[in-house]
Amino acid sequence: MKGRAKLVLAVVHTVLNTRNDPAQQITVIEPQARWGLLDWRELWQYSDLLYFMVWRSVKVAYAQSIGGLAWVIIQPALQVIVFSLVFGGLLSVGTEGVPYPLLTTLAVVPWTYLSATMNGASVSLVTNSQMLAKVYFPRIIFLLTPVLSNLIPFSVSLILVAAAMLYYQVQPTAQLVYLPLVFVLMIITPLAIGLWLSSLAIRFRDVRIVMGYFMRLLIYLVPVMYPSSQIPDEYRVYYILNPFVGVIEGYRSCFLGDPMRWDSLGVSAVVSVVLLLSGALYFKRMERIIVDVI
Amino acid sequence: MAGPTLRVDNVSKLYRIGSASDLQSGSDGPLLRALRSPLNNYRKYRSLYRFTPAELAGAAESADVLWALRDVSFAAEAGEVLGIVGANGAGKSTLLKVVSRITPPTRGRVRLQGRVSCLLEVGTGFHPELTGRENIYMSSTILGMRKREVDARFEEIVEFSGVGPFIDTPVKRYSSGMNVRLAFAVMAHLEPELLIVDEVLAVGDAEFQRKCLNTMSTVGKHGKTVLFVSHNMAAITRLCDRGLLMRGGRLVLDGGAADIVHAHLTAGGSDIANREWPELTAAPGDDAVRLRAVRAVSARGAPIGSVKSTEPVAVQIVYDVLEPGHVLSPYFTVVSEAGIDLFTTADSTPGCDQEAREVGRYTATVTIPPKLLAEGRHYVRVVMRSVRAKYRPFTERDVIAFTIVDSVGGLQDSWWEGKPSGVIRPALDWRTEYTQPQMVFDRGD
Repeated sequence: MKGRAKLVLAVVHTVLNTRNDPAQQITVIEPQARWGLLDWRELWQYSDLLYFMVWRSVKVAYAQSIGGLAWVIIQPALQVIVFSLVFGGLLSVGTEGVPYPLLTTLAVVPWTYLSATMNGASVSLVTNSQMLAKVYFPRIIFLLTPVLSNLIPFSVSLILVAAAMLYYQVQPTAQLVYLPLVFVLMIITPLAIGLWLSSLAIRFRDVRIVMGYFMRLLIYLVPVMYPSSQIPDEYRVYYILNPFVGVIEGYRSCFLGDPMRWDSLGVSAVVSVVLLLSGALYFKRMERIIVDVI
Repeated sequence: MAGPTLRVDNVSKLYRIGSASDLQSGSDGPLLRALRSPLNNYRKYRSLYRFTPAELAGAAESADVLWALRDVSFAAEAGEVLGIVGANGAGKSTLLKVVSRITPPTRGRVRLQGRVSCLLEVGTGFHPELTGRENIYMSSTILGMRKREVDARFEEIVEFSGVGPFIDTPVKRYSSGMNVRLAFAVMAHLEPELLIVDEVLAVGDAEFQRKCLNTMSTVGKHGKTVLFVSHNMAAITRLCDRGLLMRGGRLVLDGGAADIVHAHLTAGGSDIANREWPELTAAPGDDAVRLRAVRAVSARGAPIGSVKSTEPVAVQIVYDVLEPGHVLSPYFTVVSEAGIDLFTTADSTPGCDQEAREVGRYTATVTIPPKLLAEGRHYVRVVMRSVRAKYRPFTERDVIAFTIVDSVGGLQDSWWEGKPSGVIRPALDWRTEYTQPQMVFDRGD
């Protein structure tokens, strides 16, 4: 039995290897890119590079700092404290019975990921333009790097969520089964926007300048400091067009055991997928000429 | 493995050189202008990579567009080492960028088999915060290797680089020499089917350059294809089997490396090997004497930019004496590429340092014997001296240049590894006497 399994494995291995043997592979370079979303085979060949890029950006971000990964907790924790004092304490934002610090923690943690990733992906081509002009590898690796590397601080900062839930004695409910869905949405939304903005940022360097304060303003359009129940119903239609709203509401519902807000999640999913597909098509066509227009 | 590793078919590349600056300069920012006329701005941006049919036809030879490559075609078989030579702006680097997929061609196609590693600079992807070990992995994967391939060669790379004890130190603490050695060690252990190298040799000391050259010749011997751009003609002849000469974006000559180098230096560099001042008043000198021409000439008297190390080269100095009564004696110095004065030679005509010259034209031809100069570029400094103290009618630095190429019969054919050190390389006779061992060691104890 064992020998047979080994043989099958060996055959599979050989087949895969001959199909993917890079030494035999033919590359054709032509003026126009072929239509397509992504060259998966090529990306797979560079998967080790993606791994090292992600690893590098995590390591470099915390190099020579005493706190290291502790900063990942400290930053959102401080934000939660400030929001709790100002909006929970001073302004007494209505939270429908949920303790304000817990409510805002559940939003600050994914929002930190969303803003950092969107920012990172959008400027990734401009900041790496030096490397773009010197070596070829799939350009999308530059975008995927912040998408993946920011997941590490995100995972660590989930400790903050766990701590807040323990402190306020909120039991996890069956709603947690939707968490993977919300998680996937959280990843593809900034990636989709990054696909569009990164090519734009090459064209207009202003994107980089604008991104910083745009993200600081955007936080008011997302239910981070307040629950979305504060938005009057007649405006909710427009409010949920922002794909980030669905992600933040999704996290809150999952952890607090509230019913899922399918309207915002649905809109968020549709907007993200449309942006992702169109962005991928656009990026695939633009990535080749990036060097010429830098 | 049938067919060539690399085939380039009618590749052309058109660049727009005007619009890019329009888009970025100006008192108001691009965003402001984008708001004012988004459509106009978008058109301008598109024009950076889209061209009008007239521009593509090459009809409008406007100042706005530039054909960096025009209908370049060639093929390279596995194991071939191709040297690409040409003056600055001939399209060499653009060609490398198209082949390495950094920029797409405007027309034509490139077909290549296997992996490509492109070394347009030393240490691509090095990050100062990362350790040597980490940077080896970073740089290798950027250049297309898999992690397991790096694992397998890791010890070799470290040993080759010679930074062993510091491998876990951040490279920001390395000396620049260590940095370059480490980067180069990575490059030396890549195993692509096609290696593209652009002027990597321009950095580093002589020892490093020699190491680079040796590694590249080994790569070629292992059945890999190498595309190599360099201004170092000696390196091209030493390393490459075949050469491509580019001029104005076109491939003008495809042939043996030595022939290509020769063609490049004699044609493209004729003004450098042969300097003339047809207009008297523009010529260096004063009312008494003026320099009219300096040439490097072959044994047959023809101007020549590159000379085989086994052949003589002559320096010819033509000057007009315009006033009688001056005691003049020209001399010249041959300077190496590194700026070292190799030797100075002065007019040795009997009596020339005592008698005044008559008015007229003088042509001095000084032959430098073969097998004296080392390979590489040599510059000539010409000075006119007079018997009067401190009166030097002219001093012309780097007035001409010629290149000594190691040729068949030279050191290239022996088993020397790399370039023998020294600024000159005279062929000297060695007389070695043999004494039997008992005459030397047996002291009769």
